[in-house]
Amino acid sequence: MTTTTLAVLVPLLPFLGAAAGLLLGRTAPGFVRPLAVLPPLTALVLAVVVAVRQGGDRAVDAATELTPTGSVPVELALHIDGFAALVAVLVALVATCVQIYSTGYLRDDPRYPSYAALVSLFTSAMLLVVYSGDLMVLLVGWEIMGICSYFLVGHYWETPEARAASLKAFLVTKLGDVPFLIGLFALATDAGSFRITKILGTVASGGLDHPTLVALLLLAGVAGKSAQFPLHTWLPDAMAGPTPVSALIHAATMVAAGVYFIARLLPVFAASSAALVVLAVMAAVTMAGSALAALAQDDIKRVLAYSTIGQLGYMTGALAVGDRGAAVFHLLTHGAFKALLFLAAGVIIHASGTNSLAAMSRMGNLRARIPDAYWTMTVALLALAAIPPFSGFFSKESALGAAEHVVTGHAEGIPGAAGWIVLVAGLVSALLTAAYATRLWVLAFRGRGADAPDHGRQPIAMTAVLWVLAVPSLALGGLAYGRLPDWFDGHDLTPTLTTSVLGTGMALVGGLVTYGAWRQTTALAARVPLGAVAAHPDADGGLVEAEAIATHTPAYGDMAGAPDPADPGRLLLGPLHRHAAVGFHLDALYTTLFVRPVQAGATLVRFLDREVVDTYVRGAGAVPRLLGSAVRRAQTGNVQTYVSALLAGTVVLVVAVLLVAAGA
Amino acid sequence: MHLAYPAVLSALLFSTGLYGVLARRNAILVLMSVELMLNAVNLNLVAFDVWLSRTTRETLHSGQALTLFTIAIAAAEIGIGLAIVLAVHRNRGTADIDKLRDTAEPNGPDEATLTEDEKAEATA
Repeated sequence: MTTTTLAVLVPLLPFLGAAAGLLLGRTAPGFVRPLAVLPPLTALVLAVVVAVRQGGDRAVDAATELTPTGSVPVELALHIDGFAALVAVLVALVATCVQIYSTGYLRDDPRYPSYAALVSLFTSAMLLVVYSGDLMVLLVGWEIMGICSYFLVGHYWETPEARAASLKAFLVTKLGDVPFLIGLFALATDAGSFRITKILGTVASGGLDHPTLVALLLLAGVAGKSAQFPLHTWLPDAMAGPTPVSALIHAATMVAAGVYFIARLLPVFAASSAALVVLAVMAAVTMAGSALAALAQDDIKRVLAYSTIGQLGYMTGALAVGDRGAAVFHLLTHGAFKALLFLAAGVIIHASGTNSLAAMSRMGNLRARIPDAYWTMTVALLALAAIPPFSGFFSKESALGAAEHVVTGHAEGIPGAAGWIVLVAGLVSALLTAAYATRLWVLAFRGRGADAPDHGRQPIAMTAVLWVLAVPSLALGGLAYGRLPDWFDGHDLTPTLTTSVLGTGMALVGGLVTYGAWRQTTALAARVPLGAVAAHPDADGGLVEAEAIATHTPAYGDMAGAPDPADPGRLLLGPLHRHAAVGFHLDALYTTLFVRPVQAGATLVRFLDREVVDTYVRGAGAVPRLLGSAVRRAQTGNVQTYVSALLAGTVVLVVAVLLVAAGA
Repeated sequence: MHLAYPAVLSALLFSTGLYGVLARRNAILVLMSVELMLNAVNLNLVAFDVWLSRTTRETLHSGQALTLFTIAIAAAEIGIGLAIVLAVHRNRGTADIDKLRDTAEPNGPDEATLTEDEKAEATA
């Protein structure tokens, strides 16, 4: 088979799997698990074959136009360069791991068939985005991912948190998608085509009329999808979905789609230095703010969600300094270790029966109960904190190195301000990232108190994929940084000495300070008992997690934070902790600015409809009825009255006729 | 004979009949008044027929023919009318028109229930 045929099969197989899963889920439950696992697995194999055949050489392009659509043609096009080939391998790998993990995690879930089908559909949509060479086709995948995310976040729709979170995720990403769509149209109008190759050709020849406007419009959609400030607020709430969904959608793939999109169209953004500076500021605020917020979260998954936002900030930062190789490199390593972090967090939540770090820090011996999760999570956290030689170190340093390149004036066409913003924010965030990674680790695994409950070994499907993902988390960065430039633009991705020393130093400082703070505060933990545990700790992971999420607000009075004086984050952040725990009041701000006015408008419309419009409608009915009852009064039943009326009418008519005849 | 005499006589007859129809209470008298009115019309028809046939060469005498029609129809009408009055009198024991008000529109609370029904119908 040709490379093109293989590449078409890669998104098609999970789609067919999803369709079959939805159709057969009820009638043939035995087929659901194979239908969930096999298509992504086959897609993974095919994606690897495609990547090997492509090999970082010239991009594979193929296109067919099904039907003329009027002005700007829409074509079913493939554009597989090194970026697409490698990202597709990552997506298929994570999707396969997540599907295998879900067979254990949601083994007793009654809605497992539809869940697995939606995950497959999502995978197919993401692979479509990755391979597509036409922006309209890319948009189709982009929107399918949005709706799949809505359904999967709301998987536990019995809980109000999940319902609210799914709506919020959908609305906020759609808010970004509207300008995104307009931006796509503007771009296609300037270039005369939706094909990525043609658009890049137009940009290269300077044919783009409004680069800043287009870039900023596209940036809004990217901010929504990739959870960048100020449209990031949906991501922490989306943790109400099942953990495998968080791992797949909200860590490794969907949120990376925005970054990947900019990477594909980087010349469009690079054509406008204003857009690059905006991108850099966005990345900087996102990185620093999310790292501070992560330090104050109590829900283990919300910590990871904020860390996802922060790591995506690194990627957009690398893009802001014009190095898409570094951004996609970080996307790849981050996809691996963040998926691992989430899946391991799922195991922890299942084993401990709670998602609260405060409750975990009062459990002894948790790491002995789940040794697989303990070791793999340690690896992933070290990768997250960018400690050499774990993979996160290489990718993050390549991003920082790109920023340093710009600062020292080695890059052309990139504003120096963007370089400085990204470099400083990146270094500060490196410190904070290490701090919250350390905090997560010590609170989850170094707890003291009564022994954690023993539920026996975790399912092999759940622990095996942790080790599979631990391999790239450990070694991908070190093995790949030398070879990846061949696949990407050819920019060197080797860590530079200055940023490596600075970044690693910052990370070590952050880690050690947090450890020290924890030594200070841990004595308090025994004095303040805290902790609520799920009601059915022996059920499957999905149910335990749903119960843990549902008990968090009643137990601690808040979905995000917990009143735990033994939390090292509280000591480190000081007065800032209160604000960081609620995401710096952005939700409250949006409530005041947007939600309340919209609700007030809805009340007004309701009033107008009920009291004004309906009055006319009721009046239109009431007036004829009133007239009718008046006329009915003439019906006395006396025929003589009727005849009198007849006579009177006749007389009137006769007089009228006479008058007309005389007048004429 | 001048046309005014039969015309005035027929007008008087018609008015008397009209008064009887409007004012009498007994159904039989009302029917008789109707007959008066019909005969006034008949008189008019005959008189004008004669007048017209004298001035022009109208030879068909359509007025008199129409009169014969009217007489025949009046006979049939009075037969049916009297039969109805007889049947009503047998059922009700009266032929007073003022008391025969079964087709009257119900007033008061009945009307309220009717509108309630209409409301139910409108919402359904």
